[in-house]
Amino acid sequence: MQAANQSKQSVITGPTQIAFRNFNFYYGEFLALKNINFEMEKNKVTAFIGPSGCGKSTLLRTINRMYDLYPNQRAEGEILLNNENLLSPKVDVTTLRARVGMVFQKPTPFPMSIFDNIAFGVSLHEKLSRAELEERVQWALVKAALWPEVKDKLHQSGMSLSGGQQQRLCIARGIAVKPEVLLLDEPTSALDPISTSRIEELVIELKNDFTIVIVTHNMQQAARISDYTAYMYLGELIEYGVTDELFLRPKKKETEDYITGRFG
Amino acid sequence: MELLARRKLTNQVALGMSMAAMVFGLFWLAWILLTVIQLGIDGLSLSLFTEMTPPPGAETGGLANAIVGSLILVGLGTLVGTPIGIMAGIYLAEYGRYTLLGRVTRFVNDLLLSAPSIVIGLFVYAVIVATTGKFSAWSGAVALALLVLPIVVRTTENMLMLVPGSLREAAFALGAPKHVVIRKVTLRAARSGVVTGVLLAVARIAGETAPLLFTALSNQFWSLDLNEPMANLPVTIFKFAMSPFEDWQRLAWAGVLLITLGVLGLNIIARVMFRAEKLH
Repeated sequence: MQAANQSKQSVITGPTQIAFRNFNFYYGEFLALKNINFEMEKNKVTAFIGPSGCGKSTLLRTINRMYDLYPNQRAEGEILLNNENLLSPKVDVTTLRARVGMVFQKPTPFPMSIFDNIAFGVSLHEKLSRAELEERVQWALVKAALWPEVKDKLHQSGMSLSGGQQQRLCIARGIAVKPEVLLLDEPTSALDPISTSRIEELVIELKNDFTIVIVTHNMQQAARISDYTAYMYLGELIEYGVTDELFLRPKKKETEDYITGRFG
Repeated sequence: MELLARRKLTNQVALGMSMAAMVFGLFWLAWILLTVIQLGIDGLSLSLFTEMTPPPGAETGGLANAIVGSLILVGLGTLVGTPIGIMAGIYLAEYGRYTLLGRVTRFVNDLLLSAPSIVIGLFVYAVIVATTGKFSAWSGAVALALLVLPIVVRTTENMLMLVPGSLREAAFALGAPKHVVIRKVTLRAARSGVVTGVLLAVARIAGETAPLLFTALSNQFWSLDLNEPMANLPVTIFKFAMSPFEDWQRLAWAGVLLITLGVLGLNIIARVMFRAEKLH
């Protein structure tokens, strides 16, 4: 805990996008996240790693207030998005979610055409003409490296795509809204190796436009694509640092044990 | 080796018993269909659809008024019961899943679902027929709507529950308000299941006799007046099949065949629709 608190001043070098301050999270009475303090840098990839049940997905899902959907889940402290506390009751969650997009573990195409899948989110927040909408859909699909594969079948069902394509469709859908932050919750754990490497390349590409936070079970993946890594265990942020340093010279014994595969 | 032989034997015995159970079930269904076709096919003719129910002993006659009456009653019942049922199902699955009101509604709905149709018929009789002083088509439609309602509520709720939570979360994660999530995503994902439920509800009420016996009653003549008793297939079948007149009995069997084919058709459409959507 001490180390995490100290590291927060020194870890990131660029502008702050998201900051957790004295953050606690509860499932009913159970304290699932304990006193989280750290900052994530703008236009970088930050990875959350740790064994199952350590709270890394829970932490990710607080950034777009996904937990609001469920009774009995509650947060304390502050999450600052560009210095604005997004836990404040004044914050409208639908607007917040337009600023913080999310892609889930399993691809979740909506039961509608590829075009409508992407237009869905855009139309919620912006009034665009048909031409502007078409341009936006194309922009998002190009960004998500899916355009060449689907440009001739935009009006087919999104469910007809392969798993890897569906996941890129979901990424396109998320970025079409032009969020500031993109949350990825184990986005490749249901995909084959080729689709996985395409998504990884995509993530590195996307950080030019978005701040990316990714939860992953796969340490190699975190090492390959992230700039910063947070190691979590039992609801605590054990160590947070520049990815290369955390993997090569972990400061904490627990971190070292986990990344060398001694447990987890 | 002996273990393997025993497993194989167990497997064969289990398989044999399942097959026997299946054959037993199918046997009765096939027999029913066969009998209905055998006895009903005689009465099938064009006049069945063009002529009114005849007095006993008449040379000609059909079921035109009963067929049209049944279509009207079933149509009205479905039209009234379906939207209310779908909305209640949406409430149960999307809004009231964990609330007390939701639990109570679900319980009451299950009671309604298992209520014998004669109870529904007598209830509508007491509430509408007895107070207005006459049998009427619309009281029959109300009784049928009350039968449709719980089936549609149940299937809508179940089908919405089957929509994965991740799909709902994905829509919320894009900043969609709840009503948009329900209308554009979850309801759409559950669409074929909900429509199947409605079709099965229609199939269920198409042959209901008891609730109509006390409400729409029946009518010898052509009538489209909703304030008057209306002819319908089940009650006509009941009346004609119990009569000693052979031509009436023949018409009754023809009516039974019509209903059976109609219900069979609806079930097949429901199956095909559900599967087509699944494969999509």
